[in-house]
Amino acid sequence: MAELLSAAGVGLRFGALTVLDGVDFAVGEGEAVGIVGPNGAGKTSLLNVLAGACRPSVGAVRYGGGDVSRLDAAERCRLGLGRSHQVPRPFLGMSVIENLMTAATHGGGFSGAAAQARSLDALALCGMTPLANRRAETLGLLDRKRLELARALATSPRVLLLDEIGGGLTDGEAAELVAIIREIRARGVAIVWIEHIVHMLLRVIDRLVCMDAGRVIANGEPRAVLADAGVIDAYMGAI
Amino acid sequence: MTNALLQGLLLGGYYALLAAGLSFLFGVMRIINLAHGSLAVVAAFALWLLADRQGLDPFLMLPLVMLPMALLGWLLYRLVFARSLRGGALTPILASFGLATVVDNALFQGFGADTRSLAPYIGNLAYESWALPGDIFVGQLAVLVFATALAVLGGLQWMLSRTPLGRRIRAAAEDPDAAGLAGVDTHRIYGVATAISLAIVTLAGLAMALRATFDPYSGPQQLIFAFEAVVIGGAGSLWGTLAGGLILGVAQSVGAHVNPQGFLLAGHGVFLAILVLRVHGGPALMARWRGLRGADFHDARATPPTMKVSQANRPSPPGLPSRGGD
Repeated sequence: MAELLSAAGVGLRFGALTVLDGVDFAVGEGEAVGIVGPNGAGKTSLLNVLAGACRPSVGAVRYGGGDVSRLDAAERCRLGLGRSHQVPRPFLGMSVIENLMTAATHGGGFSGAAAQARSLDALALCGMTPLANRRAETLGLLDRKRLELARALATSPRVLLLDEIGGGLTDGEAAELVAIIREIRARGVAIVWIEHIVHMLLRVIDRLVCMDAGRVIANGEPRAVLADAGVIDAYMGAI
Repeated sequence: MTNALLQGLLLGGYYALLAAGLSFLFGVMRIINLAHGSLAVVAAFALWLLADRQGLDPFLMLPLVMLPMALLGWLLYRLVFARSLRGGALTPILASFGLATVVDNALFQGFGADTRSLAPYIGNLAYESWALPGDIFVGQLAVLVFATALAVLGGLQWMLSRTPLGRRIRAAAEDPDAAGLAGVDTHRIYGVATAISLAIVTLAGLAMALRATFDPYSGPQQLIFAFEAVVIGGAGSLWGTLAGGLILGVAQSVGAHVNPQGFLLAGHGVFLAILVLRVHGGPALMARWRGLRGADFHDARATPPTMKVSQANRPSPPGLPSRGGD
């Protein structure tokens, strides 16, 4: 599997606080990787570094064979790095379709009819077609999460970074999201997914990474990682 | 009294034009550009130079001055606002205040204290008027300025709600970080927005120089009127800015009708009264006020563009992973 996006020896420090400590991480073309770990393990920080929301103190981020460490989030987005936030951040004043059109035009580089087609495609994929002309601020949590996902999709990503998209949802809603993410996956988009709800993850991912205290402590076949003694320690404390 | 009202409305059109760029910039970047008035004077002097020294028609020269003004706006963002924004919300305001002082005094250094006007360079238009029944005269120039204000505000509103650039500006205005995730380069958008604001300032500068006289220190006075119009109408709301300009114009005009000294006093009085109401009027009053003035800036909301979406539109399977730029 060709490597698509990777972090090599990434460290992130805020003053004396070390958030990431020499993290190596990679996702291949079309691969789906889950990231778990206790709160404060550095999962979202790793996603921030990958997406360009913050620059690593040391180490490099590579994407599609080039070094993207110095590019900002908008530039990486245009290269094909999509991202969703833990708390959805749609453009509240815009309609759903406008949210997607913005992403398709500027993130995806489409114009006119192509942007519209891409937006409608992302809309349909996320099951939001009937809500196209609704103002985003009138949407509930599940729909905001779906919009967040659809907006990332409209930029036509090659890799999608998802941050706890399942949080706060009921089981039924979570199942709906899983179905959407599986469909995205089936289209060849690579996925990096942080999630506490492990059974959601297991239905999508090929590989699981566990982080603790700013380091990767396990990486491999999902069930093997979950059974790993170090991972159990990280969650439960050493017995 | 009818005359005072009508003249007030027309004057309000000028204030709305003056305030349009200020309101737009505030809506996008949350920056109050205190150099706004002074920059209008810069544009006026540029047009005056071309008219006085080269004998060129101010209307024809408008595009020629607008372009460098827009460029100046872009530089203003890059060199002043982009840096000062990092220092918090207050820093850009202070920076623009400093800039206004520098601009005013540079103009004074270059042009001296003489008052100038562009009115002599446009022939009859400066004083021609239409006579209405009841001994009311409507200045053609005032109507032109009013129409320009409508066109500018309407154009901005249309641009924000209907064009890709407008969507990009609204995205950057609403949530700069999320805009980055949608591929919007916020810095570039802010630069473009400042350029647009200064292009509009050029129009306001022309209007100011045509309808009255100006000198190097006219900027701050113009800024106050523009600022009052923006605040009355609700900061960042474009149609609100029009309403604000009209309210200010009518207040001044009616004030002058009641008492010749009342022109400025009535204008500032109405401004203060509305400001106090908005601050102390409580949420209920605010809500009613919002309802009255209609749309806000960020939604371009009055008429959210709807798009025909057929329920039958299914995703086309192979489409998604390919990139649009390829």
